[in-house]
Amino acid sequence: MRAAMTKPWDTTSEHLLRELAPQVLGSVARRFRDFSSAEDAVQEAMIAAFTQWPQEGVPENPRGWLIQVASRRMTDQVRSEVARRQRETAVASDVEATAHVDEIDSDVDPDDTLILLFMCCHPALTSSSAIALTLRAVGGLTTAEIANAFLVPEATMAQRISRAKQSIKASGVPFGLPSPQERAVRLPAALHVLYLIFNEGYASSIGAHLQRLDLAREAIRLTRDAKALIPEDGEVAGLLALMLLTDARRAARTGPDEELIPLDKQDRTLWDRAEISEGIELLTAALSKRSVGPYQLQAAIAAVHDEAPRAQDTDWPQILALYELLKRVSPSPMVTLNHAIAAAMVHGPSKGLELLRTLDTDARLAGHYRLDAVRAHLLEMVGDYEIAIKHYRIAASRTTSIPEQNYLMTQAACLAERKLS
Amino acid sequence: MKYILMMNTMRAGRGVPQWAQKDLLAHIAFMIGLNKELRQSGELISAEGLSFPDQAKLVRAGKDGVPITDGVFPESKEFLAGYWIVDVDSPERACVIAAKVSGAPGPGGAPLNMPIEVRPIMSGPPPEML
Amino acid sequence: MKYILLMSGTKAGVASYHDWSQKDIETHMAVLRSITNDLNGSGEFVATQGLAEPAEAKVVRGEKNGMPVTDGIFPESKEFLLGYWIVDVATPERAYAIAGRISAAPGRGAPTNMPIEVRRFAAYEQSKSQ
Repeated sequence: MRAAMTKPWDTTSEHLLRELAPQVLGSVARRFRDFSSAEDAVQEAMIAAFTQWPQEGVPENPRGWLIQVASRRMTDQVRSEVARRQRETAVASDVEATAHVDEIDSDVDPDDTLILLFMCCHPALTSSSAIALTLRAVGGLTTAEIANAFLVPEATMAQRISRAKQSIKASGVPFGLPSPQERAVRLPAALHVLYLIFNEGYASSIGAHLQRLDLAREAIRLTRDAKALIPEDGEVAGLLALMLLTDARRAARTGPDEELIPLDKQDRTLWDRAEISEGIELLTAALSKRSVGPYQLQAAIAAVHDEAPRAQDTDWPQILALYELLKRVSPSPMVTLNHAIAAAMVHGPSKGLELLRTLDTDARLAGHYRLDAVRAHLLEMVGDYEIAIKHYRIAASRTTSIPEQNYLMTQAACLAERKLS
Repeated sequence: MKYILMMNTMRAGRGVPQWAQKDLLAHIAFMIGLNKELRQSGELISAEGLSFPDQAKLVRAGKDGVPITDGVFPESKEFLAGYWIVDVDSPERACVIAAKVSGAPGPGGAPLNMPIEVRPIMSGPPPEML
Repeated sequence: MKYILLMSGTKAGVASYHDWSQKDIETHMAVLRSITNDLNGSGEFVATQGLAEPAEAKVVRGEKNGMPVTDGIFPESKEFLLGYWIVDVATPERAYAIAGRISAAPGRGAPTNMPIEVRRFAAYEQSKSQ
């Protein structure tokens, strides 16, 4: 299998492979009417490309190459199935004709990536299954890369993906776009998975030494693709904006000793202005559409933070108004916590503490470190250092994040020293 | 040869260390530095921290496959706070690394000299007893 | 969420295993292996490890004259770690259920009912906002 002319393998080649993966999968899954096996076949074609292309060069028609290799794998499987069952079928003769590479390549539907996204984020799947399958089938990442990103063995990740595909098969989801009614449920489910991937990536970008795949960047890429396919949807744009506006602060979040730096102490010259501009542009366009959803609101809040030249310039009244809106549109204990902080910044810490009291009986927050952490912060603002220290330390004992634990303990220590002086 | 080095220093109900900020930062920096060293020497396989013992649960097989879970432990119980798995050339080297961990600075910058348990890890099939 | 499931025993407890018949040992091991296999199948398995006999345990307390201060003396009541499983699960309840199965592993014809400590891992990452 040699292409007429090849290009050398370079730093963009890996990216190219990942972009092509869902296109190839769409084509093969559609032709053979078997998403699960097609996904395995495409994965093998990807691995073959990763092995051969760095040495032989990138083929002139890389997508056609991948489709051909994956299709061959599928026909081999079908043939061995047939041989195993020892009977002739029409299917075997159908796929016998291996078309020319360019002919195969024309059988690519631009909707395929969107179809795959909806399939992989099907509400029937658990979050971890959907995340794994989306990263592989839509993101074009290898199982090893995904396993490494989540710090689990490769075999474990392979099994998660396999089970995800079995669930999809069992649910009988056809390979096609959801109907407009179905989309009302399926699109939020897909956005949620993309959001979870971003969150995972953003959270883990602190452990610089861990050399993990940049999941946040992957999430941004996939959401960008989704936006290109569904340009009219405000929430898709809102989610992309939220990701960009959050990711923009990444370089300022950790100090030289890997310590956490809170928003109000970050060196804003390290923020990525290009990402902020793009995020605001996206958001402005999205907000002009009919309905305003939770991702757009969260993005708007992030935008207000990102637009402030210094922490003390932050337009807290606007943030407060946005949280009040978010509380109505998408209430949650976390939203209430953040609302309390905003209220404290506008009306004083006592107001914030008052709002926190409504959360004391919320079972969803029982034992959650953030309630104590926010309370400690507000008590510090009020000047009640002794009790603030107590809550910082309780929060430190409850968080499972090592950098946050370190931050909370040192906050407590810092306050303890201030108390004495 | 693989060893696990265990820091069994946590007690339930005691809360986080209440040291001065300077001492906390020195301790954190020490551990980061030690892990970096062990990574560079190729001896570190993994280093993990566990969440606080107040969230620890003890589970026993219940009836009908429903486990009995509680968070009650003897007051004297020492909980695993974290561990290092190292791949070293000799048992002596494992103890030298353990001594470094043990000597991490605490209040006033003085070495804590916490007890670090050193155990060989089975690299082959599981032993008879486990 | 990553959890570690800890199986521990006293020196006396471990010694009592020596009284088990070969068949009892094999039955016990087979159940533990099937738990590991099931975890592989469910995509929840991260790691499992058996530790060598407590007789080989050492404890290191700091350094003296550049040498680790080491001894092998432990209280009779000390619970030694015998082995662990690390799992990546969707809920704490799932971690407890797995621990319950380990606890139910048979010894000498009846479930051992050994207590399994369940601890959540701390991670070198920021808490996710959800």
